[in-house]
Amino acid sequence: MIKSLLNKLGFASAPFAGGITPDMCKWTENAAIEDCPLPPLFIVPIKQHIGQACSPLVQVGDLVLRGQKIAKSEGYLSVPIHAPTSGKVIKIEEHAIPHPSGMGLTSIFIEPDGKDERDTSLAGLDNWQTLDPAELRERVRLCGIAGLGGAAFPTFIKLLKDKRNPIETIILNGIECEPFLTNDHRLMVENSAEIVHGLQIIMHMVDAKKAIIAIEDNKLDAINAMQQALSSIGNDTISVASLPTRYPQGSEKQLIESLTGKQVPIGKLPMHAGVLCQNIATVKAINDAIMLGYAITDRIITVSGDAVPKPTNMRVRLGTPMRFIYAQRGLENFDGIQILHGGPMMGERMRHPDIPVVKSSTGLLAITDARIKPAHQVEDPCIRCGHCSEVCPISLVPNLLADHCRNDQLEKAADYDLFDCIECGACSYVCPSHIPLVHYFRYGKGQTAQVRREQSFAEVSRLRSEGRDARLQREKDEKAAKRRKVRDTLRSESVLNPDNDAKAKTSPTTKDKE
Amino acid sequence: MEQLLYATLSLGAFALIAGIVLAIASKVFHIEGDPLSDKIDALLPQTQCGQCGFPGCRPYANAIASGEVDVNHCVPGGERTMLSIADLMGVEPKALEEEESVPVVAFVREDECIGCTLCIKACPVDAIIGAPKQYHTVIADHCTGCVLCLEPCPVDCIDMIQKPELLEHWSWPLPDTQRAQLGAERRESHHD
Repeated sequence: MIKSLLNKLGFASAPFAGGITPDMCKWTENAAIEDCPLPPLFIVPIKQHIGQACSPLVQVGDLVLRGQKIAKSEGYLSVPIHAPTSGKVIKIEEHAIPHPSGMGLTSIFIEPDGKDERDTSLAGLDNWQTLDPAELRERVRLCGIAGLGGAAFPTFIKLLKDKRNPIETIILNGIECEPFLTNDHRLMVENSAEIVHGLQIIMHMVDAKKAIIAIEDNKLDAINAMQQALSSIGNDTISVASLPTRYPQGSEKQLIESLTGKQVPIGKLPMHAGVLCQNIATVKAINDAIMLGYAITDRIITVSGDAVPKPTNMRVRLGTPMRFIYAQRGLENFDGIQILHGGPMMGERMRHPDIPVVKSSTGLLAITDARIKPAHQVEDPCIRCGHCSEVCPISLVPNLLADHCRNDQLEKAADYDLFDCIECGACSYVCPSHIPLVHYFRYGKGQTAQVRREQSFAEVSRLRSEGRDARLQREKDEKAAKRRKVRDTLRSESVLNPDNDAKAKTSPTTKDKE
Repeated sequence: MEQLLYATLSLGAFALIAGIVLAIASKVFHIEGDPLSDKIDALLPQTQCGQCGFPGCRPYANAIASGEVDVNHCVPGGERTMLSIADLMGVEPKALEEEESVPVVAFVREDECIGCTLCIKACPVDAIIGAPKQYHTVIADHCTGCVLCLEPCPVDCIDMIQKPELLEHWSWPLPDTQRAQLGAERRESHHD
């Protein structure tokens, strides 16, 4: 109480601008991670990260092993996809993926054979300390690791040792500020040694001088576990920072602001501030990839919400259908229940549970309609209370922005920095008029993107059309020049013939015309 | 009388100087082409489809700039294009004459194509490739859906197919709150 008062008055160090402190509902913080059994059928989408989709490497009928590469990356911003277990590819076709549109993507369907054999073609690199960072980086890419905090950005790209932007500090993000989610929390408690080891690997890769493990103060057991793991290896370049609980502190740039006081400008990356942010689970995956040669085939997912009879944290294979996971926790009837992929603040509502989990799945929530505010019916007029501006972590003016988006005034919205919004949902959360602010911003961003796409297509078409016109004109000119040449030669040959002479006299006029 | 002379002389001198300055300025700051029609052309979707009654987007832009035609003849541009042109020209928006159609691209049924190159000649954006007596095909990424290739085809082997909806191009709809819908209705009634 006193602390928050001091915070507001600016006496205590405010973690970052704005933010909220919602009811955290961390019901599963003491639930040990359980292994989810293998479902009867895996559905593995060929794109599970930000960037280009992969192209399948397997065909129907192929036998695959756990961790075997089944789709190769196309382009730089991409990581390969691996089989979640051993079994047979039974079909490759489009299937719904975790996306708010409910649209689908080419997916590889794998029927497990129950043996769960691993592909052992990649050996562990125990001598990583002596290896070139580029080699380790290639291993991280080969193992398909993308940011497991929810954004699923290909991790190897961030692990670049760049002379122009040297990384001084690595921030390990154990904030987990979304309500309900406890997957990173449990991982820190149960696998602290692997996390610290993974952190040492990435410190070696980018040659960082120090590292901070940032954890919010509502996870005391995780702080203790990490400190114990650190003291057991006796490393003094890594420290644990306990931060006050505040949403959205887990957002990369907000976390950097909390820890270092530096704001990373819009359009710049953390590396421009000499910082590298990694999620706890990603670092654990990096450790497994380097030390054991394991490609990423599973992740920890919090299954929670008031509609789930037995909420818990589970280690789930990627590609497991959500319906199967919910069934493990006693939820089979989805009438009057909303499914959320991710946390309640930034997660996306799924239209049905027959969707597989992917690398970006941090949590699966099932919440009864009664508990979700009927906000999509009762939007009241804005009363200009200004709460949304107060809580906005990047100091935007959400109410004005929403007005512009609602009225399709896209240019004005862009002037008010619509594209700087991180869609954290803090403004929607505090709005007393239940205005779905973030939803308006998403609408505005989508419309603006569409307009820009159309404009660039029109520009390309215009250039093509002008190019065609120029070409036609040139061809016409060339033809005319040829004709003229023929006529000129004819004239010089037949000066004596008066008939041809008369014809030749007309040629200069056609020349003038053209 | 003297005062009148001074006034006339000073005004005359001023007019002369202003005239010289303007004459120089018009030479120095001379712009090739019509800047207004350039601006309108930039707003048009560049399908070159001719549905406005002009042989391409640039002629239509010129016609709007000279005030010969209304702003509501561009069918593929739809309401958004009409509104932005009306905004640029400072005229009242007018309802579109034809319904906005779904985006389409041309597709050549290659086994029926006889390789006559007539569609290649008709395509305003060079989006069809092929050679005489060879199959032709449409570069879907460059096709503007203008349908100008359908008419010259002697064997009717070109279909217009709906552009596939891409996951990356999906965008959020407005929230379905009453106020959001109210705003949309108000906008629509404003345009009528």
